[in-house]
Amino acid sequence: MRKLRVVIAKPGLDGHDRGAKVIARALRDAGMEVIYTGLRQTPEQIASAALQEDADVIGLSILSGAHNHIAPRLMELLKEKGLDDVLVVIGGIIPDVDIPRLKAIGVRGVFLPGTPMQQIVDFINANVRTHADSPAR
Amino acid sequence: MSTTADTDKLRWERETLEPALRRARERAAAFTTISGRPIDRLYTSDDLEGIDPSKDIAQPGEFPYTRGIHPTGYRGKLWTMRQFAGYGTPEETNKRYKTLLRAGGTGLSVAFDLPTLMGRDPDHPLSLGEVGKCGVNVTSLADMETLFDGIALGEITTSMTINSPAAMIFAMYLVVAERQGAAWTTLSGTIQNDILKEFIAQKEYIFPPRPSMRIITDIFAFCANEVPKWNTVSVSGYHIREAGSTAVQELAFTLRDGLEYVRWGVDAGLDIDDFVPRISFFFNAHSDFFEEIAKYRAARKLWAHAMRDRFGAKNERSWKLRFHSQTAGVSLTAQQPYNNVVRTALQALSAVLGGTNSLHTNSLDEALALPTAETATLALRTQQIIAHESGVANVVDPLGGSYFVEKLTKDMEDGALAYFDTIDRMGGMVEAIERGYPQQEIAESAYRFQQSVERREKIIVGVNDYVETDEPPIEILYIDESAAARQLEKLEALKRSRDNGAVERSLDRLRRAAEGRDNVMPPILDAVRAYATVGEMCDALRQVWGEYEEVPII
Repeated sequence: MRKLRVVIAKPGLDGHDRGAKVIARALRDAGMEVIYTGLRQTPEQIASAALQEDADVIGLSILSGAHNHIAPRLMELLKEKGLDDVLVVIGGIIPDVDIPRLKAIGVRGVFLPGTPMQQIVDFINANVRTHADSPAR
Repeated sequence: MSTTADTDKLRWERETLEPALRRARERAAAFTTISGRPIDRLYTSDDLEGIDPSKDIAQPGEFPYTRGIHPTGYRGKLWTMRQFAGYGTPEETNKRYKTLLRAGGTGLSVAFDLPTLMGRDPDHPLSLGEVGKCGVNVTSLADMETLFDGIALGEITTSMTINSPAAMIFAMYLVVAERQGAAWTTLSGTIQNDILKEFIAQKEYIFPPRPSMRIITDIFAFCANEVPKWNTVSVSGYHIREAGSTAVQELAFTLRDGLEYVRWGVDAGLDIDDFVPRISFFFNAHSDFFEEIAKYRAARKLWAHAMRDRFGAKNERSWKLRFHSQTAGVSLTAQQPYNNVVRTALQALSAVLGGTNSLHTNSLDEALALPTAETATLALRTQQIIAHESGVANVVDPLGGSYFVEKLTKDMEDGALAYFDTIDRMGGMVEAIERGYPQQEIAESAYRFQQSVERREKIIVGVNDYVETDEPPIEILYIDESAAARQLEKLEALKRSRDNGAVERSLDRLRRAAEGRDNVMPPILDAVRAYATVGEMCDALRQVWGEYEEVPII
């Protein structure tokens, strides 16, 4: 069976990439194919990467407070490109009040500091729809 | 002596320990520090073998300063309580500074937002959503004037956490001081200006490593003549540790970065004793109490030896490592946030027992947001309680001579020296960074730590043990988009009111200096006086030097 393909991206100007790198390795160790985009990716670059890489999942790491700008733009672009079925999750520092807003625009999971990696792996496996429409493993 | 101690420890193990272990096993098969370093059950005088008390530990104020750089410790002067702060507009942050100074803070420390740190104006597409979020936005001299309005720069010391655009922000500070009537020769403070750790850990770089290093040596040369009391670089382990390094890696990479700056300064033709006394350090105060104390003590010793023996510095002030410390942001938990007050207090205590020269204590809400005025004040009070109530500041280096602390200090030193060797063999820190060596080492440690948390080999209270469900949310500082709107308006107004011809001419001069070998500080000062923006000045240099892009490694 095809491995799940995950694009891990670090949008915005922030360079604190510890979380992005740790989760990238954890997902890889959990058997997923992980593409890490590197720093300072615009929503446009992330959407293109998702398309090119045939991603099942996009994971954004945002700590700077710019999520309210980045996430809506990315979701819009994904819709335009017909990538609505890609599972989008965000990890980082997200104020509680912003979480319902992110969920409303289609971000499926928001993971705050202290979340065990296994919980994120399980969430992805339970919620992803692979492009081959195979059941989640 | 060592034989007697040895015998005594062996006797103790046989007569006292073994029966005890037969009755009850220990909590774990092995004990390690938060960095994964194995820790023995007991340290005795035989662990001090190879340590010469008079040479390696010595006395406070004496080479190699293991016990501190001041003969009187904190009995003369307490450490500087310097709280890092900044958010939103310069107007809002100016108010916060006045609150902190009224509350008894003894120095200022400026946190800039990401557009400022990355040399982008608020109207740049990459600044979208970032203006004023992680710190204060400073676009031009006009913002700097507002930021320090009503604060006499000749009377306080200011630390500014700024790296890639350090020269521009520093120039703005100098011009504000000049307009307040404060002579540059009287100014004291710090710019972080540590680009190497940006490439290694925090990743807020703009230009490639070599031109970045050239700006720094230009600042060394400029300050030696014009602003002699200014700390020109704060060589920072803080961010290296936050990125996931161990304590030894933090120590090793930071000190080795320091050696790299010294080498570049010397190679640029500067006299070592002219600029090294103005180099200071910045360490993380993490959670493993004794490991941290050992780290600070080893840092002083390593620096003293490197400056005297490796570089031949003659001035005692070049040998003395001075450092700021900040409690570990990464140790703060979003869960049960009040627990963070206790974490921070213990971390701060380790920094004080390790002889920190200044200290920032984090606020309890910083895993969630920037701190509120109330939590920032509580963090400052934590330091004041340590200083005035705990009694630890009444005696110099109270842990000196502890078998455990001295052995751990030696181990930290040996570990750092091994890393020095590896990096020296690569040709230096710039070369090591270009190969991704420290970056890879840190990523490995970060992942290993996370795994040990997941396996519950390391317990984090409230996160992987003693967990509570249904915690009530706490009130946090929410930064909306009004700061961005306000900064954008001000930028547009500035571009209408300033002499744009003068700005263009000053930027041309800056480009020419960058292309050649002239010191970049004078043209930057001219551009600042003409109200050129941070983004415009950085763009001028981007045109000459290009931008750095790292190869992402996971």
